[in-house]
Amino acid sequence: MMNKPIARRQFLGASLATGAVATAAGLGLLKPQMAFADNVAGWPAKAFDAKLLKDAMSDSIGKTDVPVSSKVKLTAPTIAENGGAVPVTIEVDSPMTADDYIATVYLFVDHNPTPLASQFTFTPASGQAYIQQRIKMAKTDNVRVVAKTNKGVLMASAPREVKVTIGGCGG
Amino acid sequence: MAGNVGNPMIRMASSAKKGEVVEVRSLIMNPMTTGLTKDKAGKVIPAHFIQTVTITYNDKPLLDIDWSTAVSANPYLAFKLRAESSGTLKMVWKDNTGGNWSADSKLTVA
Repeated sequence: MMNKPIARRQFLGASLATGAVATAAGLGLLKPQMAFADNVAGWPAKAFDAKLLKDAMSDSIGKTDVPVSSKVKLTAPTIAENGGAVPVTIEVDSPMTADDYIATVYLFVDHNPTPLASQFTFTPASGQAYIQQRIKMAKTDNVRVVAKTNKGVLMASAPREVKVTIGGCGG
Repeated sequence: MAGNVGNPMIRMASSAKKGEVVEVRSLIMNPMTTGLTKDKAGKVIPAHFIQTVTITYNDKPLLDIDWSTAVSANPYLAFKLRAESSGTLKMVWKDNTGGNWSADSKLTVA
């Protein structure tokens, strides 16, 4: 789809204009992607390449400390035998209306070689800020989610520890 | 890994009531290698992973996803869609080696 990067930038621009201007400079998302010719256009390489959780958070959400909210629910197994496929479910409580919705959700694994695992840019059309997928975990570690509303308000899930029996870096 | 990529699939209800939030489940074949591991001969296995998933409904943005190498091989993804009008859900997956796959699914809203 040729129009994707444009749609994404318009979308981000619109959500930032509503209040998160202060964090705009910290969002690597708005910069042109120059790092690797083979990256897909619009993919936020800087945040994904960060090796430490604090850098991954700075480069994605612009902060390293986000208050925990019970609105952000992260479901993951207590024990994962296979770190190569750990099922996680993310649900953020939000009306998902045009005026009040979850714009972006970030998924982190604290000590993975690159802690930012995924980034989800929602629209009100979703009806619910909900994602289910499987991730790799190198070892027993914390998984955490940060959600950002369309008004720029950040809220985090409680960190969720997953005990990993066999690490998932073989893939 | 050649021959073991692509084949995207979408599973969702074909009809829904207006305003109902429906779950969409999807799957695609991709090795999702990190570039940090070696094969049996000691040679580094290059990174090969899906970086973006772009999801639209009737050509309007629904959900944009950026993935890292921390997403499991052959990525499964479930998300939601509020059924407001009949139309077509389209998903496009792109990987870092130029791979580009799409799939769509129709929804009738009564």
